[in-house]
Amino acid sequence: MSTPTNPPAPATAKRARILAVTSGKGGVGKTFVSANLAAALARRGERVLVLDADLGLANLDVVLNLFPKITLHDVFTGKASLEDAILPAPGGFSVLLAGSGLVEYSRLTAEVRDQLLKIIEVVAPRYDRILLDTGAGISDVVLFAVSLATEVLVVATPEPTSLTDAYATIKVLATQQQRSAIALVVNQVSRSGEGRVIRGQLQQVVDRFVTPSLPAGSAPVKIELLGEIPIDKSVREAVQRRQLLLETLPGCEAAKGILAVAAKLTTP
Amino acid sequence: MEWPVTQRTGPLWLIDPKSASLEALRCPKLAGNHVSNRFVRAEKALLDWPAITALPVSHPPAPTEHSQLKLGAALQLLGQSGHPLPELNDVGSAVWLQAVIDALCDLSSRDPLTGLANRRHFELALAREIDRVARAGEPALVLMVDIDRFKLVNDNHGHAAGDLVIQAVAQCLMECVRPMDTVSRFGGEEFAIILPNCPPAFGQQVAERIRRKVEQREVTIALSQVLNVTISLGGAFAPQWVRSSAPLWIERADQQLYRAKSEGRNRACLEMPPVSLVSAEEKGLLFATSQFEEEDHTSNP
Repeated sequence: MSTPTNPPAPATAKRARILAVTSGKGGVGKTFVSANLAAALARRGERVLVLDADLGLANLDVVLNLFPKITLHDVFTGKASLEDAILPAPGGFSVLLAGSGLVEYSRLTAEVRDQLLKIIEVVAPRYDRILLDTGAGISDVVLFAVSLATEVLVVATPEPTSLTDAYATIKVLATQQQRSAIALVVNQVSRSGEGRVIRGQLQQVVDRFVTPSLPAGSAPVKIELLGEIPIDKSVREAVQRRQLLLETLPGCEAAKGILAVAAKLTTP
Repeated sequence: MEWPVTQRTGPLWLIDPKSASLEALRCPKLAGNHVSNRFVRAEKALLDWPAITALPVSHPPAPTEHSQLKLGAALQLLGQSGHPLPELNDVGSAVWLQAVIDALCDLSSRDPLTGLANRRHFELALAREIDRVARAGEPALVLMVDIDRFKLVNDNHGHAAGDLVIQAVAQCLMECVRPMDTVSRFGGEEFAIILPNCPPAFGQQVAERIRRKVEQREVTIALSQVLNVTISLGGAFAPQWVRSSAPLWIERADQQLYRAKSEGRNRACLEMPPVSLVSAEEKGLLFATSQFEEEDHTSNP
């Protein structure tokens, strides 16, 4: 008996997985996680591009200690080609920085959206994964950036304020973008297993308030813990030195946490 | 040479039986003068002509093909569509063809009872709106409208009165919206309205305006018999930035309509735009079992 086989995917279908990194609250280490996670993924053999989707308000340039002359701003205004704006970052991945000139784009116009969409279309076939480092909060820019992604990662810390904002973000993404799978990384945990507890708490509130509010037939919203990153003075040290943690102190506990997140992301 | 003449509401049409071409003659004096057997024959032949052909008028194809739209049927279509009649001597030309296509499109997208967009047109418009919202992220609202206790109107006053009520409500809806909005008869006594670029802050106002308009409207269903009806409205905004699906969007608006009905009818319920606010109840549960309970403790009762 012959069984039908799936036709091989066309070569053009090979496209980067797009992961939006968001947080709700600022200052939880979202950009730190984006940059170091990109480095960790690169170590695992992935071609990674980090895109500053905060349009000039992110600190990606500070974290990476890169202050390029050519940025996304120049691509938008037609002064430079996309290729010139994509830079190699210290961790073995590529980065596309917005540049402070993009502050004027913080109001999300149709042009900005089209430009971003176009850029992602162009770069998607060249990478295995694109990380969108979004801004803090739940502004329309953030929601739009997240809407471009196939997967979304929420970074939270055990701080009650961070947890509340992470929950608010998850709620908006579930109700507004019909996202039923949310990945979670808990940063700055003070003891092992805290991430699991926090995931459980978020999941509990989501089950009680978010999933029942969705239209009938919607998949229940599920929060998946990708990992936890312990409080580690090495992080502060690396940030102060404006270096990637994975480059300078790859053996520290926080770096191990990030490597574990990358491992979980790459293993299906 | 003798010309058979036929009179229509507009200009007079002359048919040259020899060349079989048509000519419009704007001469009211001729009206009704040349009614003869010959004219009737000519007129009948005219109506059986193929209405859509790329051939020039002077060489119409033989009127034998059954599949072709006959001129008579085409004229009827044009009349019903309310489009201005094109010159009849353009029959077969691109102008005429376009007029017939326009009329067909128009008729196929309209509800015959109310003249509103029909369900088919609504679904097309909704798909277009979803595209627009996904691209531009503009807020867009869908309102589902249902006449309250409509069955009672039919049962107590007959279906003719029911039709009059539906027509009156349709008119109210049309009077309350902008030209860019799509008002459609969704089915039975249910209507659906698409309001592109409608900010959440205005949604409730629009819905309320429509509700009030219908409430105040007196529908004359017979000589000195006036009826008042009310409607319930449910509304939902399109999710921004993402491609929603038409059934999902409609369902969300429908849910609000059910809410309006269950809360007592004659009201408008809109789905609140996604709230990023976290309620006290949610916070309570979020920190209920947490290790932060003491830190987060407040003296609020």
